[in-house]
Amino acid sequence: MRDSKKQPAKRKSPARRRKAAAPLDAPNIGARKREKILITGAAGALAKYVIAQLQADYQIIGVDFRGLKALHPDTVDYEVDFNKRSFEDVFREHEFVAVLHLGRIKISELDRGRRFSSNVIGTERLLKLALKYGVEQALVLSTYHVYGADPHNPSLIDESFPLKAAGHAQDLVDAVELENLANIYLYKHPELNITVLRPCNIAGAGINNSISRMLAQPLAPCVGGFTPLMQFIHVEDMASAVVTALAQNKPGVYNVAPDDWVAYQDALELAGCRRLFLPAIPPGLTRALAAAMGRFAPPSYLLDFFKYAVVIDPEKFSATFGFRPVYSFDDIFAFYRDSK
Amino acid sequence: MRFRNFVKARVVSPEIDRIIDALPRQNVGTQGYDPWGLNLDTAKIGFQFVRWLYEEYFRVEAFGLENVPSEGRLLIIGNHSGQLPMDGIMVGYSIATNPHGPRLPRAMVERWFPTVPFLGNLINSLGSVIGDPLNCAKMLEREEAIVVYPEGIRGSGKPYRLRYQLQRFGHGFMHMAMEHATPIVPVGIVGCEETMPSLTNIKPLAKLLNMPYFPLAPLVPLPAKVHLNFGKPMHFANDARNEGEVERRVEQVKDAIRDLIETGLAQRKSLY
Repeated sequence: MRDSKKQPAKRKSPARRRKAAAPLDAPNIGARKREKILITGAAGALAKYVIAQLQADYQIIGVDFRGLKALHPDTVDYEVDFNKRSFEDVFREHEFVAVLHLGRIKISELDRGRRFSSNVIGTERLLKLALKYGVEQALVLSTYHVYGADPHNPSLIDESFPLKAAGHAQDLVDAVELENLANIYLYKHPELNITVLRPCNIAGAGINNSISRMLAQPLAPCVGGFTPLMQFIHVEDMASAVVTALAQNKPGVYNVAPDDWVAYQDALELAGCRRLFLPAIPPGLTRALAAAMGRFAPPSYLLDFFKYAVVIDPEKFSATFGFRPVYSFDDIFAFYRDSK
Repeated sequence: MRFRNFVKARVVSPEIDRIIDALPRQNVGTQGYDPWGLNLDTAKIGFQFVRWLYEEYFRVEAFGLENVPSEGRLLIIGNHSGQLPMDGIMVGYSIATNPHGPRLPRAMVERWFPTVPFLGNLINSLGSVIGDPLNCAKMLEREEAIVVYPEGIRGSGKPYRLRYQLQRFGHGFMHMAMEHATPIVPVGIVGCEETMPSLTNIKPLAKLLNMPYFPLAPLVPLPAKVHLNFGKPMHFANDARNEGEVERRVEQVKDAIRDLIETGLAQRKSLY
C-alpha cells in the first residue's frame, strides 16, 4: 500500500511558538504548563485563535489533512489523514493530555463518501487512539446544523432535541453521525471526558463558512419571504468557549451561542450587504439559482437554514461554565461592514 | 430593516410608540428581536392597524382585565372561532393596553404558518409562535404570557352552526400549567364567530393548498362587535395522578370559559 511506504510524520520545530498576548484566567491551566494538546484542523481560523489562547500554557501539536501545511506553518505540525496508519505515530511521539477535534472536511473539499470516511470513520480512529494512549480529555466541535432546518422547529432548542438534519439533507449525515459517535464514546468511555460543542454561526476574521461568505459579499442572496432568526458568535469568543470547556473539563453536549438573535436580512443590512432575493416558490427554482451562483450563494444542503430559524438555547453551557461572549452582534457586523 | 424603519416613521403614531415602549421586554435582544421572532418595530406597525380593528372595526369591549397579572408566567385560555385568528389579535391588544398593567401576550399558531413566505415571518415578528410544547415551556420559563386555544383548528375552523359550542380541548395546556406552576386566566370571546361565519369546510381545496381547512365564508371578516370577558386566575397543583384527573381539571377551565361566554352573550345587544 502506498501509505505503508510513507515515513512517519515528522514534527516541526517548536521554536516558532510565541507567547500568548494575555494569560488565561482558568484556574488549573497554569498547573498543567507545557503538557501537550493535539488540535485537529490546525489550519483553520478557529484553531488559530484556540492555539493563540493555549500556547503559553500548553505545547500544541497541530494536525491537518487538507494539504495546507505549507500555507500555515505556524499551526500545522503534521499533515496526515486520520485513517492512515501514520497518524498513530503522532500519538506515539507525543504524550497528549487532551485532543481538540476542531477539523472537519467541508462539502467543497471531498465528495460525500470520502467526507463521511474522513469525518466519521476518521473521528472514530482519533477517539480510539485517544483511548489507547491514555488521553484524559477530548473536545469535539460539532455544529448547530445537526438539529436540521425544519419549519416546525421550536425556538431555543436545547441539547436533548432530536437531531433532524440527516432527514433533511444527505450532506449533513456525516455531521450527525459524528455527533452520534462522540455521544457513544461519551457514555461508553467516561475516562475520555468528551465534551461536544454545538456552536451557532461562527463569524469573524478568517472564518470561511457559508454565512460568513454571505456577510462578506457586497451582494448576498436571500430567499424571498423568509428571514429566519440567526445567532452569531465571534470566532474569538468561540475559541474562548473551547478553552473554557477544556479548562473546566465537564463532559457533556453543549450548545454555544449568545443569548441574542437577529433576522438574517437584518444581519445582511447591518453587515453592509445589498440583498439579492431568490424566489421561494417553487423550491426547485431556488435551489437551481443558488447552485448557479456557486460560492456566492449558500450550498443547497444549507439553503433551508436561510429559510427557517434554528435558534439554540445556550443556557446549559452558560450555566455550567459561566461563559458569556464578549463580542456583540454590532462588533461582528461592523467587521464585515468595514471590510467592504 | 430599512423598509421597516421607512414604514414605521410614516405609519406609527406617538401613542402606539408609547404603548409598545412601555411593555416589559425582558427577552428582547440587542437587535430588537426576542428568540421567538418578535420584533418591536414591526409590532408597532402591526399595532397601528390592530388598534383600528380593535377600536373602530370590531369595537371591542373588554371586561375583567384586572384579573390578568401584569408580570410572571401566565396562560390565557380561550374559545377559538372565526376562521382567521382575529380572536388572538383582539385578546393580545386588550392585554397590551391593559390599564391595570400592560404586557404583550404571545399567541400560539398553527404549524403550517412558518412554511408560508412572508406570512410566517410577519406573524412571528408580531408576536405569534408556532404551537409547540417546547416553545410554550421555554416561554413560561422566561416569564412570558401565552394565549392558547386548546381547541386548535377544531374551534377556529368549525362551521357557524356550531357557534359558541366548545370543541374538544387538548390537555397540553393543563400539563404545562401544572408542570411550570403557571396560573390560567380563562377568557370568553363573543363576536368572533360572526366575523367570518362558515357554512362548511371545503376539504379537497384545503388539501390541495396544504391548509388546515378552507371555509366557505365571506372573503373578509365582517365587522361584528366583540366582547371579551377575562375570568379570575385558576391555579392547579402538579399532583394529578392520571390523565383522568387532568381531564377533570380541563373541564373546570372549560366550564369557566362557558360561563364567560354566557356573560358575553348576555352583554351583546346586536351582532354587528
